[in-house]
Amino acid sequence: MPSTRDIRRRIKSVKNTAQITKAMQLVAAAKMKKAQDQAANGRHYAELLNKVLVNLKENAEEGLHPFFSEGKGDKTLVLLIASDKGLCGALNTNLFKKLLTTDFGTGEVDYVTIGKKSVQVINRLRRHLLADFPIKDPAKFAEVRSVGRFLQEKFLTGEYKKVFVLFNNFINTVTTVPTCEQILPVNPVTLGGKRDFAPEIETATATQEYTFEPSAAVVFETVLPQYVNDTVYQMVLESRASEHSSRMVAMKNATDNAKQMIKDLSLEYNKLRQASITNELLEITTAKMALE
Amino acid sequence: MPLKLEIVTPEARIFSDEVDTVVLPGYEGEMGVLPAHANLVTTLKPGELRITKGGKTTEMAVGEGLVEVTGTATRILTDMAIDADKIDEKAVEEALERAQKSLAELKPGEHQEEVAAVMAIIQRSTAQLHIKRKRKTV
Repeated sequence: MPSTRDIRRRIKSVKNTAQITKAMQLVAAAKMKKAQDQAANGRHYAELLNKVLVNLKENAEEGLHPFFSEGKGDKTLVLLIASDKGLCGALNTNLFKKLLTTDFGTGEVDYVTIGKKSVQVINRLRRHLLADFPIKDPAKFAEVRSVGRFLQEKFLTGEYKKVFVLFNNFINTVTTVPTCEQILPVNPVTLGGKRDFAPEIETATATQEYTFEPSAAVVFETVLPQYVNDTVYQMVLESRASEHSSRMVAMKNATDNAKQMIKDLSLEYNKLRQASITNELLEITTAKMALE
Repeated sequence: MPLKLEIVTPEARIFSDEVDTVVLPGYEGEMGVLPAHANLVTTLKPGELRITKGGKTTEMAVGEGLVEVTGTATRILTDMAIDADKIDEKAVEEALERAQKSLAELKPGEHQEEVAAVMAIIQRSTAQLHIKRKRKTV
């Protein structure tokens, strides 16, 4: 049976925790707004670029650009985008679960990471880590471009068959979906999980031929590297939006739970207090009666 | 038959409407697109883009990018697209000056990335100024 003082102490400590989580919730909410806007604004561009290129890939001749066909080697390169910090609910756990359940085919798998949490998990799983890129928050395009460049260089060596990106797709504040997308060779990519709801972007049918000005080679040479960088950037933005949203939600739950706990503890405390008062009264009256 | 034009930048969807014709700065010079144009893909150069709809012409400053033309639609993916009316000449001039300064500081051969980024700023700024000044003289 805890004493009233124990309960008082516990209430105080829970209150402190609630204060901290509340503050974190507010910070995350502010960051979330920005990150969500950023992700939503860039999504259309990235999606359209992807659609156009996928369409062009179907029409392009084989071997026109290395980014349109699989590499010669049998290795796979995976870019894992997770958060730097924890306390964001099951976000990273779900992503890593997805990593473990995804089948990358036979052959070795090499990893490139963004975010401290992903470095930790790759090291813990004893997988082969090629490089880790620290990306600040909010993410700058210039920083992410170096990641895109690294992936392209690695792919161009021919060692890797395919390049995948594992990231959290942002749907809305309470829903994020861990997603694995093939970025190289060029492949349809879902961003924000909205592909099925955006039929207004229709591209020419596959039978139509395109004229390239000045030539297909020049166009692809300029556009494809840009495409990889832009897409990776958009994926980082999606991950960041997911991260801040999950953190906001997680912290909100924590605050709510703490409040509920304070309520329960207060009730118990008051019960105990009343019981002791009743006891004292009883003692006084019995003592008085004994004296008479 | 109208032509559907879509202009998208990484920040936002700038333009999405049906137009009569669009003139854009393509890889090999200025290029006009009318409805039922042959399928074409080209790269976009920083410069001036003109949209005509119902006899009214809108001008825009655009950056580098990709253009996809099909018979019914034109899609422009670029890193910049600003309505000519919204160009802030003074701000652009300042940006241009800053860019040229930092370009002078960067050593050739090194920092290729930064040089490329600064060059892009310069090209974009020049395109904007060009449009703005042309409008003044008219």
